Amino acid sequence: MTLDYSSSFHYLVALLPECVLFVGGMGVLLAGVSKTDEQRRPELGWLALAVLAAAAVANGWLYSVSESGATAMIAVDKFRLFANWVFIVGAALTIAISLAYVSRQRLQAAEYYALIAFATVGMMVVAASRDLMIVFLGMETVSIAVYALAAFNRRDPRSAEAGLKYFLLGAFASGFLLFGIALIYGAAGSTNLQAIAVAVQDGAAAGGLMIPGMALLVTGFAFKVSAVPFHMWTPDAYEGAPTPVTAYMASAVKAAAFVAFARILFVGLDGVYDQWFPILWWIAAATMVVGNLVAVVQSSIKRMLAYSSIAHGGYLLVALVAANDAAAAGLLFYLFVYTVTTVGAFAVVVTVGRQSERDTAIEKYAGYGWRRPVLGTLMTLFLLSLAGFPGTGGFMAKFYVLQGAAEAHLWWLLVVLVLTTLVSYWYYLRVAWFMWMKEAPEGAVHRVGGATPFAIYVVLLVCGGIVLATGLLPGAAIDLAQGSVEGLRHWVAGTAPAH
Amino acid sequence: MATSYIPLLIILGVSVVNAVGMAVASHVLNPSRPTPQKAMPYESGMIPLGDTRARFSIKFYMVAISFIVFDLEAIFLIPWAVRMRELGWGPFVAVFLFVVVLAVGLAYEWKKGGLEWD
Repeated sequence: MTLDYSSSFHYLVALLPECVLFVGGMGVLLAGVSKTDEQRRPELGWLALAVLAAAAVANGWLYSVSESGATAMIAVDKFRLFANWVFIVGAALTIAISLAYVSRQRLQAAEYYALIAFATVGMMVVAASRDLMIVFLGMETVSIAVYALAAFNRRDPRSAEAGLKYFLLGAFASGFLLFGIALIYGAAGSTNLQAIAVAVQDGAAAGGLMIPGMALLVTGFAFKVSAVPFHMWTPDAYEGAPTPVTAYMASAVKAAAFVAFARILFVGLDGVYDQWFPILWWIAAATMVVGNLVAVVQSSIKRMLAYSSIAHGGYLLVALVAANDAAAAGLLFYLFVYTVTTVGAFAVVVTVGRQSERDTAIEKYAGYGWRRPVLGTLMTLFLLSLAGFPGTGGFMAKFYVLQGAAEAHLWWLLVVLVLTTLVSYWYYLRVAWFMWMKEAPEGAVHRVGGATPFAIYVVLLVCGGIVLATGLLPGAAIDLAQGSVEGLRHWVAGTAPAH
Repeated sequence: MATSYIPLLIILGVSVVNAVGMAVASHVLNPSRPTPQKAMPYESGMIPLGDTRARFSIKFYMVAISFIVFDLEAIFLIPWAVRMRELGWGPFVAVFLFVVVLAVGLAYEWKKGGLEWD
């Protein structure tokens, strides 16, 4: 089937995974509205998982659909579909680690799972959009849902603080983003990425508006991906938010912002590469250095993982600066591995905290590995993958990003990436050191709690399996990523503009 | 093209001059004889009691949010409604889906007790 968007029906086909997930999310909301008894909470989570599975089927089916030209507002390309896999996997793993947490914390399950579904719809819209207005629409859908999720535990003042901080700075960033879009529209006369690229190529886009617009757009996205110096909200928001939500924010939400950022930079603003290259170069370098150095001194594991996510944002920005096909494929591969690894690590954090916000201090992990060998081993695996240890997915991800950076001759960024990675071993292995090398303090009874929920074991095994598989046999995943970025950066020359 | 905006500019200029002129003229021409009654925040009004930063019940916010949602629904529906016959079936389906989504929201609010005052 080929879509040419001659009728509105084609838009529904192109947005099928989004529609499925959106309708399913509303279903979850309505299914939970009259159920006040506690027993219903896990069922709603399973319902949300079923809806995500349906969206995954729709996403797989979209591979058989092609579009005529590559100028439409909604892209049906493999770049988008690969990104959708990342979002769906991230959301499904998040829901699976939330099942016990939501019951234990007596959160409003229907709203919780529905908001995760709606945020995922927003991410998919972001990945699909070839128009700056649709990017903005999708980003806002994600952001508003995640503001509410960050503040979801209303009995916990820290959660409210996290939500408020995230909301204020996120809204501020949206302002930058929108102003940048307005200026670019003023310069290029269109919000369509293809039309912007053509206007820049033809010299029709006035530099006086284009460059400030590009700078504001970059600023807005730098907030969204928590790049230094716009990262201040991240540690507080990640620390205060309920732990499964933190996992979601650090993985899928970040991936969505990066996917949109990549498409805008590689397609729409490719003509002004010389202007955004130095800005992003410095942001990437600063993000890697500050993220890794500040992570070293953190005493809370959630804050440590927050700074770690900032640092990983820096590595991903290197792929954006490189702006070639190898780097774009590396970016997608990295996002997939990073999403899985992060959610896996947070699954352990949730378990150690016994489905609450307790025991987030790194000292509390003393001796944990010997008491819970499976969890300890898997946590060590995730930490090694985050650090980029050979044999794990994190290593291959960094390798492919480095490959892209080397192709673009970004030698200094490459050096910064490798050196900051060495720094990161210190704080990742510190947790492992506490788990295996240190005894639990005398007298402090390590309450192991009840049995680890079944769903968390499944998540841990899936994440661990993917981390090992992408580390030892990365062929299939990187081939898929490389196939997904084909044509992303080169379609301007091949197709006629829409207008 | 830009010339077609000149009437707008004139209206803007006239209204600014008018507003500023009235305020300045009343300030300059008015004889000033303050009395304690006149110096109060609301002349002939209620005497203010207590702090301005009073806490309102969450119920008022519920009403406000519901109002905004359905107010915006009207903003979207009216432009479509006046051109309904000319626009045909495509926009009809789009508007229908929009109203369905809002109806789900209303059903949710109703079942959740958002429409009850107590």
